[in-house]
Amino acid sequence: MVITGTRKGIGRHLVDYYRKQGYVIAGCSRAPMEETVDGYRHYCLDVADEAAVQDMVFDVVKREGRIDVLVNNAGIASMNHCLLTPLKTVTNVFSTNVFGTFLFSREVAKAMVKAKSGRIVNFATVATPLKLEGEMAYAASKAAVKSMTEIMAKELAPFHITVNGVGPTPVKTDLIRGVSDEKIKALIGTQAVKRMGEYRDITNVIDFFIRPESDFITGQTVYLGGIS
Amino acid sequence: MRAEVFKVVQQAVEDLNEELDYDTLRKVTDDTPIFGGEHGIDSLSLVTLVVGLERDVETTFGKKVVLADEKAMSMVNSPYRSVGALVDYIVQRLEA
Repeated sequence: MVITGTRKGIGRHLVDYYRKQGYVIAGCSRAPMEETVDGYRHYCLDVADEAAVQDMVFDVVKREGRIDVLVNNAGIASMNHCLLTPLKTVTNVFSTNVFGTFLFSREVAKAMVKAKSGRIVNFATVATPLKLEGEMAYAASKAAVKSMTEIMAKELAPFHITVNGVGPTPVKTDLIRGVSDEKIKALIGTQAVKRMGEYRDITNVIDFFIRPESDFITGQTVYLGGIS
Repeated sequence: MRAEVFKVVQQAVEDLNEELDYDTLRKVTDDTPIFGGEHGIDSLSLVTLVVGLERDVETTFGKKVVLADEKAMSMVNSPYRSVGALVDYIVQRLEA
């Protein structure tokens, strides 16, 4: 299994969770991991660096023989009014969220094509369907990820590779560090189920997407908390 | 180098044709059509061929190349239009 953005937050949790399930995991982030995890190999790279992504995927396939699951978790957010958003911010958000997801999907899917099986899970966000003010760059980048998920699902279906997305509500991670409690409360108020998201809500959806019985489930983005 | 690249492409096309069994792919020359036109392979077979070739080229020449190309669907300029065009394209990528 390959998971991107594993140094902290949801990605770090996914490493521990899927190690317990018996997966051998390769992960990446720009900075090194603070601790070593048995059965986990860490790569330091920028997910939008094409050559670095190719090198990592090549190395993982060489070591492990195949990649069964890819979780495109790496993501960055930016909270700002559109009129106060520098182009550099939009470029950075799209580089990580869109180009990183594309590069990892393309490279890992090449290995999956050979195996004629595979599961790709992308990260969307409820900020897209809710059209959250102040999150233009982030929500737009994840809208691109949703669209990519739907089209890749069609293009990779003949190779028995499924591509799906999970769209979390706010979970207590660094990603929402800059968002006020008031705004989080208002956001939770728009959900059908009015509580903060938890890690288990996300792994529950990923578990569903990657189980063998889900080979008929592809191109879907599941939003948590009753948002659609 | 071109002759070695040709051999790699020839092998990949022959392997692919074990499944496809196209008359046009039985004897592989520079002029053998690959993609586009009435004798071309379908897009899924092209994906399988290109992905396999990236791996074979890396194994043979020890250099990673990405063979994705925005002109893929162009009848005139596609590097996948014939075996010769594909060989030239790979040589060009290897020398880059």
